Amino acid sequence: MTAASPIQRSPRKWNQRTIAPWLFLAPGLFMFTVYVLWPIVQSVTLSFYDWNGLYNKDGQFTGTFVGIGNYSELMTDPAFETSLWNNLKWLVLYMAALPIGLFIAIFLNQTVTGIRLYKSLFFFPFVISQVVVGLIFAWFYAPNFGLFYLLTESVTGTGTAILADPDLVTYGIIAAGLWPQIAYVMILYLTGLNNVAPDQIEAARLDGAKGWRMLWYVVLPQLRPATFIAVIVTVIGALRSFDLVSIMTNGGPFGSSRVLSYYMFEMALGEYGYRMGYGAAIAVVLFAIMMIFISGFIWKMWRDETER
Amino acid sequence: MFPRPIRQSSPAAQWVYAIALPLALIIWLFPLLGVALTSLRPASDLAMGNYFGMPSGIAWENYVFIFTETPIGQYMVNSLWVTIPTVIGAVSLSLMTGFALAVYNFRSNILVFFMFVAGNFVPFQILMVPVRDMTLQLGMYDTWYGLALFHIAFQTGFCTLFMRNFIKALPYELIEAARVEGVAEWRIFWFIVLPLMRPAIAALSVLVFTFIWNDFFWATVLTQGVDSQPITAGLSSLNGQWIAQWHLVSAGSILAALPPVLMFFLMQKHFIAGLTLGAVK
Repeated sequence: MTAASPIQRSPRKWNQRTIAPWLFLAPGLFMFTVYVLWPIVQSVTLSFYDWNGLYNKDGQFTGTFVGIGNYSELMTDPAFETSLWNNLKWLVLYMAALPIGLFIAIFLNQTVTGIRLYKSLFFFPFVISQVVVGLIFAWFYAPNFGLFYLLTESVTGTGTAILADPDLVTYGIIAAGLWPQIAYVMILYLTGLNNVAPDQIEAARLDGAKGWRMLWYVVLPQLRPATFIAVIVTVIGALRSFDLVSIMTNGGPFGSSRVLSYYMFEMALGEYGYRMGYGAAIAVVLFAIMMIFISGFIWKMWRDETER
Repeated sequence: MFPRPIRQSSPAAQWVYAIALPLALIIWLFPLLGVALTSLRPASDLAMGNYFGMPSGIAWENYVFIFTETPIGQYMVNSLWVTIPTVIGAVSLSLMTGFALAVYNFRSNILVFFMFVAGNFVPFQILMVPVRDMTLQLGMYDTWYGLALFHIAFQTGFCTLFMRNFIKALPYELIEAARVEGVAEWRIFWFIVLPLMRPAIAALSVLVFTFIWNDFFWATVLTQGVDSQPITAGLSSLNGQWIAQWHLVSAGSILAALPPVLMFFLMQKHFIAGLTLGAVK
């Protein structure tokens, strides 16, 4: 539909319309290439090198080529294994944001007075920084006086300092991450519910559908676009988790709450020395996992675009 | 609508709903309320173990203390120095890329578009080492503009997706009519499309403001020290110094959370419109 209109055929106009898009694209494309596309290529290349991040006095790169050395080292690295498992836990448990977010959205999808304020207040956790969320939950979990500690103490007799427990720490952090994520999913579903066709609901009501059956057979199918976006942002959120781990535990205790994104940072810039190549290899693994989901998303967009 | 409007239910159900609503909100925001309360709690309360009861007094001095005795004010200023140029830069660049991708039908259109979309989702770690290295090489490490430049580039991905879809939804006849009149392409952009973009610009500006204000990862990777660190990174390093001084940690947290929360409240409609883009069909 954006094809050149037959009215103008003068070569000057035609030229203008061939060049114009590239002029408009140039600044954005340039920045994106320099800061996003090219670094991806560089990281992949770097993952085959051993490099401490320094240059010699002539400004030359000092890394040594190690082939798949970094990757084979990853295979036997217990910290990498822990990170990978933790990422899997994040991925699976983060999905809880979907049903909970949907539940809250349904709960709030009413027209009583003040409901708009309620909706925006429920959305609050998503607006604040993960750094703040991490600090809030660290306080909540604090040993001896934290509310969570006192709660577990009153239920079981001994308090649980969840962030100091290697077996539980990741679950504690995931719970903190779910709080803003649920808020995000809730907003997506609230918007989706707004657009559910009222006549279909009425027709289903006349047929006697209500409650779960109505939700499952009539509402959920109409919420598919919202669900799709919610799955994507939740997966990305789970795999990108870095801030909370960094703020709440620094990967501890004993590295038990590390995830790939944090372990990579630790290896490349942390106290373990500047192992840039090894860090890059971890990043490439994370990138590869993410690409599975990104491709799915792009594939669906492609289908929608070409159908139009 | 779904679920059935509560006004059509029994009076008892309406009562239950009227009570459940504020109760649910209090439980949901309990962590935030706790922190807000603690930020006003006198230090003596904490020393006596009063962490969760009512504070014995309102201690505004916690806020005075963090402003006078810590660089938190400087950190907030640094955040603004990074955030505002990023908003302007990312929105301007994406207005142009979005226009190009929505209005022109050239061969690699979809390819370029998908590249922006996909790039927007990559994990930051795959960019970290090269971007940090390049920033160092260019002498922009530990400066607000070094950080802002990266943010502008990265946010362009998401913003392009948004702008392109918005422009695509505008009536195309406007552009065609202008072309028949012989209006130059950049004039079409400037005088026809741009004035229609106000809601999109507002929506993106609040979103990008929030994203960048809340960023922690790049602030840690590209800055250090009081002169350039944004509030998120600053708060994290202050937290290390304020071991277990929860009244100070809380006050700092509230301050860091305030600007995006205000922004959200003032521009709610735009904010949500931006965030739920694509969630409805």
